[in-house]
Amino acid sequence: MKLLSKRNSYFLFAILATAFFYSKDGDITTSVYATGAAFALPLALAAMVGIMCERTGIVNIGIEGTMLLSAFVAFFVSSLTQNIIIGLICAIFTGSMMGLILAVMAVSWRMDQIIAGTILNILATGLTSFLYVQGKTIPSVFQAIEVPVLSKIPFFGPVLFIHGALTFIGIAIILALYVAIYHTSWGLRSRAVGEHPSSADTAGVSVARLRYINVTIAGGIGALAGAYLSLELVGSFERGFTAGKGFTALALMIFGRWNPLGALAAALFFGLAQAYANQLMIDQVVNIPTQFTAILPYVMTIVVLTISAGKVRPPAAEGQPYEKGQA
Amino acid sequence: MSQTKVAPKEVGKPAKNFDVGSWLIPIIAVLVAMALAAILIKLQGSNPITAYKSLFKTAFGSAAGIGATLGKSTPLVLSGLAVAVGLRAGLFNIGAQGQLLSGALAAAWAGVSFHGLPGYIHIPIALIIGAFFGSIVAGISGFLKAYRGVHEVITTIMLNSIVMGIADYLASHPLREPDQFLTRTSEIQASAKMPVYAHLPLGFFIAVALAAVIWWILGRTTSGFRIETVGRNRHAAWYAGISVKRTVISAMLISGAIAGLGGAVETLGITYRYAPAFNLGLGFDGITIALLGRVHPLGIIPGAILIGGMRAGAANMQFDSGVAPELVDLLMALILLLVTAPLITRFFKNSSNKSMTSGWGN
Repeated sequence: MKLLSKRNSYFLFAILATAFFYSKDGDITTSVYATGAAFALPLALAAMVGIMCERTGIVNIGIEGTMLLSAFVAFFVSSLTQNIIIGLICAIFTGSMMGLILAVMAVSWRMDQIIAGTILNILATGLTSFLYVQGKTIPSVFQAIEVPVLSKIPFFGPVLFIHGALTFIGIAIILALYVAIYHTSWGLRSRAVGEHPSSADTAGVSVARLRYINVTIAGGIGALAGAYLSLELVGSFERGFTAGKGFTALALMIFGRWNPLGALAAALFFGLAQAYANQLMIDQVVNIPTQFTAILPYVMTIVVLTISAGKVRPPAAEGQPYEKGQA
Repeated sequence: MSQTKVAPKEVGKPAKNFDVGSWLIPIIAVLVAMALAAILIKLQGSNPITAYKSLFKTAFGSAAGIGATLGKSTPLVLSGLAVAVGLRAGLFNIGAQGQLLSGALAAAWAGVSFHGLPGYIHIPIALIIGAFFGSIVAGISGFLKAYRGVHEVITTIMLNSIVMGIADYLASHPLREPDQFLTRTSEIQASAKMPVYAHLPLGFFIAVALAAVIWWILGRTTSGFRIETVGRNRHAAWYAGISVKRTVISAMLISGAIAGLGGAVETLGITYRYAPAFNLGLGFDGITIALLGRVHPLGIIPGAILIGGMRAGAANMQFDSGVAPELVDLLMALILLLVTAPLITRFFKNSSNKSMTSGWGN
C-alpha cells in the first residue's frame, strides 16, 4: 500500500487537526473528543448490525426500530426491577427477537426486506408510544469506569479509557467483529453467502441457517446500542428516543464500505462533528438556531451517501431472497 | 443475476378489480390486529370492549362524528395515495411525512400572507403552493435516487427530520404569529379556509377525486404505463426504451405533490395554521394505508376512513375508558404487520426483487 494513499491522508489530516486544536486548548479539545466518542459509539454499534446482516445478504433497515424497542425495554425493565443488569439482559433478548422476526420475514417468507424492516420500525414506534409511561426512573446509569494506568495518559486517557461498561463491551464487539469477518471461517462463510449464495450452498454452507443466526445476533448488538442510549449515555427514555440513529448508521456502514473499522472511523468522524457543533453553540462562537444544529446529522447522512454512492460496492446478493437450487 | 428464477409461489399483481377474495386479507388483518390490541388493553387493566365501543361510536355514530372522521381521513387518503404512487414505481417513499409538513407550512404561509383574494382563487393557490413544496422535498430524493443511486428510503427518512427542523425554525422565527409566545403561524385569512358542507369537508372530495385521477393516470395513460413498468422491472423498462431516471424522478414528484397537498388540505380545512405539533404521524399512517388498500389508488380510501375514524375517536376513547390514544399507533403497526406478510408475497414476488431492495447504489 502506498504511504500517502487516500485513506492515510485522511488519517494524517485528522491527526494534524486534532493536534492543532489540542495545542490551542487542551482541556476543551479533550472533552469534545470524549463527548464525540460517546456520541459515536451507538452509531458504530448500529452500523455493526447493518454490516453483519448485509454481509450475509440481508438488508436490515429495522435497526432504528430494534434500537428504539430495546432502549425502551432496557429502561422500563430496569425501572421496574430497579436493576440495570436485568434491564440490559431483557433488552438484548428483545433485540435478538426483533432480528429473528426480520429473519423469518426475509429468509422464510422471502418478503421484500425494505418493507420487512419498515414493519419493525413502525411496530417499535407503535409499541413504545402505546406502552410509554411518564415519570419512571432507573436506580443509576452504567457509571464511568477509569481504566487503571491507561486513563492517566493525557488526551487519550479521558477520550478512550473513561467510559461506562457498555462502551467497553461495545468497542470489544466492534473489534471482535472485524477479526471474525476477515479471519474466521464463520466470516468467510458469511461473506460467501452475501456475495454468491448458490456457491456457498454448493460448498455445503446452509444459507438460510447462517442468515438466521447472523441477523438474530445482529439484533442483539442493535439492542446493546439502544440500551447504551437509555442506560448509559442519557439515562432516560422518551417517545421517538433514537431519533434516526439507526438510519444514520446505515449511511455510516456504506461510507465505511461494509468494513467494521471503516464504519467505526465514519462514526467517530460523525460523533466528533456533532460534539464540535455543540461546543460551538456553548461557546457562542456562532449563533445558529438550534433547529439547524439539530438537523446537522441528517444533512450529513444524505451528503455522505451522495458522495459515496456509486463508488462503493455492496455485497452482491444483498436484498435478494435465496432459494435452494437457483443458479 | 438470477433472481428471476426464484419461483413465485403465486402469480400476483395489484388488484385491478374489486374481487372479494383479495379484500378478505385486509379485513381479517384489521380484525386480528384489534383482537391482539384488546389483549394489551386488558393487560393494562382497561376494558377493551368499552374502548372500542367508544372509539367507533364517536367516529361513526353521528353526522358530526362522520364529518370529523372524514376531516381526519382527508390527509390520510392523500398520504396513502402518495405512498401508493411511489410503490407503483418501485419506490418506497417513507418521506410522505416530511413532504406533508412542508405542504402544510407552505399552505399556511400562503393562507396568511395573500390578502384580498376571493376564496375560489385563494384556496386553489394555497393548495398548489403546498403541493409544490411537497413535490420539491420528494424531488430531492428522486433526483438522488436517479442520478446518484442513493436509496430513497434513507433520503426520505432523513428529509423528514430535516423538514421538521426547518419548519420548526420557520414557525418559531420568520413566520411566527406576532406577539405570540407559542411556536405557530398566524391564523390563515378567512378567504383561505376551506368550506364545510353540512359536516362534509370540501377537502375530502378533493382527495377522493384526486385518487380517481391517479387511478385513471396509472391504468389508462402512457405516463402511468411507464411508472408501472419501471416499478415492475426497471431493467425491462430500460430495455424497452423507457427513461428510468426520468420516470423515477417524476414518480417522486407526483408522490410528493400529493403528500404536500395532504398537508395543505389539513392546514386550510382543519387546523387553519401551522404549529410543529400538528400533522404528526400522518405521513407514516400513509404507509399502512397504502398497503392496507393493496396499493390501489381507490383501495386506499376505505382504509383511510377507518384509520381517520380511529384518530377522530381516540380522544373520546381515552375519556371513556382510560386507554391512551396511542392505541391507534399500535393498531396501525399490527395491521401493517398482518396485512403485509401475505400481501407483499403477492405484490412483489412476481416483479423483480431487485427493483426495490438490492443495492444502496444501483
